Amino acid sequence: MTTSMTKSDLLLLLCFAAAVLAGPVLLAPIGAGYPDLLQKFAIFGIFALGFNILFGLTGYLSFGHAAFLGVGSYTAVWTFKLLSMNPIPAILLATLLGGLFAAVIGFVSLRRTGIYFSILTLAFAQMSYNLAYSVLTPVTNGETGLQLAQSDPRVLDIAFGRDYGAVLPSSDLFGISMTGYPGFYFCGVMLILCFFVSMRIFRSPFGMMLRAVKSNQNRLNYTGLNTRPYALAAFVISGMYAGLAGGLLAVTDPLAGAERMQWTASGEVVLMTILGGSGTLLGPVIGAGAIKYFENIFSAFNEGVLVQAYSFLPEGLQHVMVWISSLFVGEGWHLTLGALFMIIVIFLPGGLMEGFNRIRAWITGRFGGGGGSLAPAAAE
Amino acid sequence: MSILSVQNVHKRFGGLRALNEVNLEVEAGTVHAIIGPNGAGKSTLLNCFVGRLEPDTGTVTFDGKSLLGLKPHEINQAGVSRVFQTPEIFGDLSLLENVMIPAFATRDGAFKMNAWRAVDSENSLHDKAMGMLADVGLAEKAGEIASHLSRGDKRRLELAMCLVQDPKLLLLDEPTAGMARADTNNTIDLMKRIAKRGITMVVIEHDMHVVFSLADRISVLAQGTVIAEDLPDGIKGNPKVQEAYLGGAHL
Repeated sequence: MTTSMTKSDLLLLLCFAAAVLAGPVLLAPIGAGYPDLLQKFAIFGIFALGFNILFGLTGYLSFGHAAFLGVGSYTAVWTFKLLSMNPIPAILLATLLGGLFAAVIGFVSLRRTGIYFSILTLAFAQMSYNLAYSVLTPVTNGETGLQLAQSDPRVLDIAFGRDYGAVLPSSDLFGISMTGYPGFYFCGVMLILCFFVSMRIFRSPFGMMLRAVKSNQNRLNYTGLNTRPYALAAFVISGMYAGLAGGLLAVTDPLAGAERMQWTASGEVVLMTILGGSGTLLGPVIGAGAIKYFENIFSAFNEGVLVQAYSFLPEGLQHVMVWISSLFVGEGWHLTLGALFMIIVIFLPGGLMEGFNRIRAWITGRFGGGGGSLAPAAAE
Repeated sequence: MSILSVQNVHKRFGGLRALNEVNLEVEAGTVHAIIGPNGAGKSTLLNCFVGRLEPDTGTVTFDGKSLLGLKPHEINQAGVSRVFQTPEIFGDLSLLENVMIPAFATRDGAFKMNAWRAVDSENSLHDKAMGMLADVGLAEKAGEIASHLSRGDKRRLELAMCLVQDPKLLLLDEPTAGMARADTNNTIDLMKRIAKRGITMVVIEHDMHVVFSLADRISVLAQGTVIAEDLPDGIKGNPKVQEAYLGGAHL
C-alpha cells in the first residue's frame, strides 16, 4: 500500500501519527493535555481536513458543511438507539449518510460557482437546521436534542447478550468505554486515518484535477475533462468527513442537537481551514486545534480572573481594563477570534502554515540550510 | 479526405450576421489557415467548432460525427484540442502538472476517480509529459509555477498541453498574437514540426508572414462569408482578397 508513497510523505505521516498519539503529553504544558479538549481537536481536525479537500483543492467555498456534521451526529445517535452502543457501526453509518446528503446538496449547489454556490449551500444548511429544529422533531427530538434512553431497542447488543441494565448506556468499543482517554484515542486514530486518506488524495491524479478545477475551469473543459463530477466527488468526500466528525461527536457524548447544524458551525470550519492554511495538508488540523484551544481558554475567563490579573493596577484603571478585556473573553471570545482571524488573513494569507514556512525559510537562510531537510515539506 | 466539414453555417447575434452561409472543408494532415479582417467572424467560426457557440443553422462534422450540441470536453475527447488567443493554462500548477493533466484526460477520459494512486507513480505519462516539455523547450522549467512564465512561454506550454493529447485536429486562435518577431519565428518553427507529424491544424491568424509560411490552404473570411478559398499562391493574387483587406467600405 505504501509502495507509491514518497519517503518524505511517509515521514510526515509517521510524525503526524506520533504527534497525535503523544498529544496528551505534548499538549500538557499549554494546559490542553486532557481528553475532552483533545477529542475536540481530533474531531474538528477531521471536519476541517474534509472541508479542505473541497475548499482547499477545488476552491468551492461551502457555507453549509455543518449540515453534514449534524446528519452524522443524528445518524450515530440513532445507530446507538437502534443497533448497538459500539461506535464502529455508528461512525460507518454517520460517514455514509453524511456522504449521501452531500451528494444530494452538492448535485444541486454545484450548478453554480462562486458566491452563488456558497449561498446555495448556506441555504440548504439553514433549511436542514430548521427542519431538524421543528418539522423533523419525531426524528431529531427538536429543541431538546436526540438522546439515548434505557428503553432503546439496541437490537445488536441484545442479540449478542449485552445488557446495560438500569443505567443509561455510554458508547463502548467491545467493552472499552468511549469516555476519557480511550475516547480520545479512538478519535485520534480516526484523525490519523483521515489524514492518510487526505494525503493520498492530495498526491493522486484526482487531487491534481481538483487543483486544476480551482486554477482554470475553462482550460479544464477544453482539455477534455468534465468539471462537475470532479467537484461533486470532492463535495461528497468532504461531506463524508463531516459526517464522520459528527458521528465521533456523538460517540464521545451521545447527544445530538440541531444547533450543531447552524450556520455559525459552518462558518467555524471555514475559519479553521483558512486560519491553518487552506490547500495545505496539515493546515486545517492546526487551524482546528488553534480555534478549539483559544475557544477553551478565552471562554473560560470570567470577570473574577480579570480582576485578579489587573490587581497590580490602581483601582480606576483596573476597572477600565477589566471592562475592556471582558469584551474579549467569556461569551465574547468570538471577538478575539475575529481579531485573530483578521490579523492572519491580512498578514499571512496562506494561514499559519505560511507562517511556519516563513519561519523555517528564515532559519534555514540564517543558519545555512542545515535543518531544512529534517522537517518534511508539509505545505504542498 | 476531409476531417472537418462545415456546411451552410449561419450565426446571428441580434441584428449582426456574424456568419453567413459558411462552407469549409479541412483535409486531414494539412494546415488550413483562416484569415480575414477584424470582425470577419473568424473567432465565431472557431467557437462553433469547439462547443462554445452553437450555429443557428448548418452542420459541423468532425471525423464523420456531428459536433453540434456537444460540450467542450466531449469535443476534446473526440480528438480536437484548442489553443486560445490569450493562453489558457493552469496558472497555479507546475508546468509538468499542466502537461500531465491533458495526458491523463486522454488516457482516462472525461472523469476518473483515480484518488488512491500517486501522480508520481505514473511513469509513462510523466515521461511523455517531460518529452513534450522538452519538445517546446521548457523542460528545464518543468517544476516552476506556470503563472510566472513569459507570454511566449505560456503559449508554448499551451501548445505542449494540446500536443500531449495527440489530437486529430489542433485549432489555433492567433498563436503569435502579441509576440515579438523572434518568438513568432520560434513558434512558426514549432508549428512546422507539429505539421510534419501529420496533425491537422486550423489556424486563425492576422500575421500574413505566419500564414504564408505555414498554410497548405487558406480560406478568407470577410463579413461572415468565405470570399475565397485557395492555395497560398492563389490567395496572394486574388483581387477579392485584396479588396477585402485594402479597399472596400472600410477605408
